[in-house]
Amino acid sequence: MPTIRFEQVEKSFGAVRVLPPLDLTLDDGEFTVLVGPSGCGKSTTLRILAGLEELSGGEIYFDEKPISNLASKERDLAMVFQDYALYPHMNIAKNMSFALRLKKTPAAEIETKVKRVADMLNIGHLLDRKPAELSGGQRQRVAMGRALVRDASTFLFDEPLSNLDAKLRGKMRTELAEMRDTLDKNMVYVTHDQIEAMTLGDRIVVMSEGVIQQQGTPEQLFKEPANKFVAGFIGSPTMNFLDAELVSEKSKLWARGDGFNLPLSKEMTATLKGYSKKEVTLGVRPSSFSTDTKAGAPIELRLVVSEYLGAQSTLVTKCGEAEVLVEHESSSPVRTGGTLKFGVRTEELMVFDKETERRL
Amino acid sequence: MTTASKLNRLTPYFFLAPAVLLLIVALLYPIGYMIYASFLDWRPSQYISEAEFVGFRNYINLWNDEAFRESFGVTLKFAAVVVTLEMALGVGLALLLDRNLRGMAALRTIFILPMMIAPIVVGLMWRYMYHPTVGIFNRTLKNWGLEPIPWLSDGTWSFIAVVIADVWQWTPFIFILSLAALQSLPQSALEAAELDGASGWQKIWHIKLPLMMPVLIVALLLRLIDAFKVLEVVLVMTNGGPGLSTEILSLRIFRTAQEFQELGVAAAMSNYLLILLMLLTTIMFVYNKAVENRAARLRAAAQET
Repeated sequence: MPTIRFEQVEKSFGAVRVLPPLDLTLDDGEFTVLVGPSGCGKSTTLRILAGLEELSGGEIYFDEKPISNLASKERDLAMVFQDYALYPHMNIAKNMSFALRLKKTPAAEIETKVKRVADMLNIGHLLDRKPAELSGGQRQRVAMGRALVRDASTFLFDEPLSNLDAKLRGKMRTELAEMRDTLDKNMVYVTHDQIEAMTLGDRIVVMSEGVIQQQGTPEQLFKEPANKFVAGFIGSPTMNFLDAELVSEKSKLWARGDGFNLPLSKEMTATLKGYSKKEVTLGVRPSSFSTDTKAGAPIELRLVVSEYLGAQSTLVTKCGEAEVLVEHESSSPVRTGGTLKFGVRTEELMVFDKETERRL
Repeated sequence: MTTASKLNRLTPYFFLAPAVLLLIVALLYPIGYMIYASFLDWRPSQYISEAEFVGFRNYINLWNDEAFRESFGVTLKFAAVVVTLEMALGVGLALLLDRNLRGMAALRTIFILPMMIAPIVVGLMWRYMYHPTVGIFNRTLKNWGLEPIPWLSDGTWSFIAVVIADVWQWTPFIFILSLAALQSLPQSALEAAELDGASGWQKIWHIKLPLMMPVLIVALLLRLIDAFKVLEVVLVMTNGGPGLSTEILSLRIFRTAQEFQELGVAAAMSNYLLILLMLLTTIMFVYNKAVENRAARLRAAAQET
């Protein structure tokens, strides 16, 4: 399995630049997820890697070998497409064995391989059906199977679950995670869904407007986001952002704003010394609020709506004029229209520069 | 049942009546007239009521007529040759031009121009080009110091000449249908084939052609039906000659009626042709129906799983 390295890879369609020069290294045997909102360049990056788009500048290396001049088929890749891209006129067995048949693999070997993968994916009973005879979830499996039969060194996934309904998507996500653990392959996975990214990725690359915002493990991205974009993109419900001013008082920094005054932790006070009296953006995760007011700094929020999700509810509240989401145990009931007291775990607060949006 | 509800049930038929009437007048009457005429010994100088009823004599005579059978053979040969060539060239060109390069749109437009020209004009144009001395082909051959070709005066060459003219005019038809079929193919399936290791030829053979097949079969049948009816180009270029070498059926029908003044015989010939064409049309409808049914069956199967 090669280490894949993008070096200053660029892409423009005519005058429109979709990827400014991009550097990225995908380690051997890693499951890398490219995630970002639509139009962020993640699919283009994948398609360039697949050889379906030509790059406009830079080079991609497999280990130390430049590959941008190689055709797709010479790159030893298998890909799963968003719309599955099955061959409509071939039955499932033929679909899965197409690559092997082109390579003139002996029929007996093809049969064994197809059967093994089909059984693994529970589509063994569908082999003589046409794609049109299958449900969406089954087609998805066939697409996966077609890639697996190839035994390529690198697997590419282009939003493979986005056409499935929510329940099926969850199930396939689990199966993919299992597959990731059993197969020793490079996998590059593109999605706009941060939950998929968090659950599947060994490493996540967050992209926005063609630029890599941050890469790291799911935990790193959640706990130490590099900037406001990543902080807002990762995590559900999304992080709350409040305009605040940092004020030094009683040997501590306080984040003060419309309806709140929260002390920062000792470490943050130390790192943010220079930011006293500056305008910043305060980031508070919905999970940082506790109904136990002693668990942290006190804050009062006005409840607008309670969204019941089961064990958890998401409370939509107002802090001054700003909207604040709070993750709340459904077992302790709340009343709309009233004011609620929470304790904020201040060690989980994040402070972002107002101009550069970098985390401070 | 009340009168009102009876009237209500009849309402749709009132609305349909004009269309049905038009159909009867415009379609069924002429066809019926032709079928009736084919049982007559009828000259243009006679009223149809004065013509002698001869039963199946016209059909039987034609069946035993060497010249008619030869003409039928020429028609089959002509249709087979032109449609084969047009399919091969049309599909080939479409595969070649199915890409988004600058100028392709203009090129495509130029390719379909021949189809827009009236067949009689096409015939005249090619007749001038085939002219034994001043035609462009023989003049070019002469300039190169080569022997002139007896384009329209030799049996084999004149058949080739009319084939070329027809292929020139109707290849574009196959071309635009094929191009439309190609451009509606699922792009991602082609990309998947690319990653699966298919070469350009393998993509054409394993993916593109099989997926185009429903369109190609309909195009083939449409062209076949048309090729059996071709008249003007041949009439203007060779008038069926030399000998019977290019006397296709429609031309023979035309001449039987016009020159030999045997309207009943011409009608009988037309009916032989009609039977053949109805057969082809039926094949096309049955095929289309089969494709539709298959798609419906697959959809139903998908919903069950």
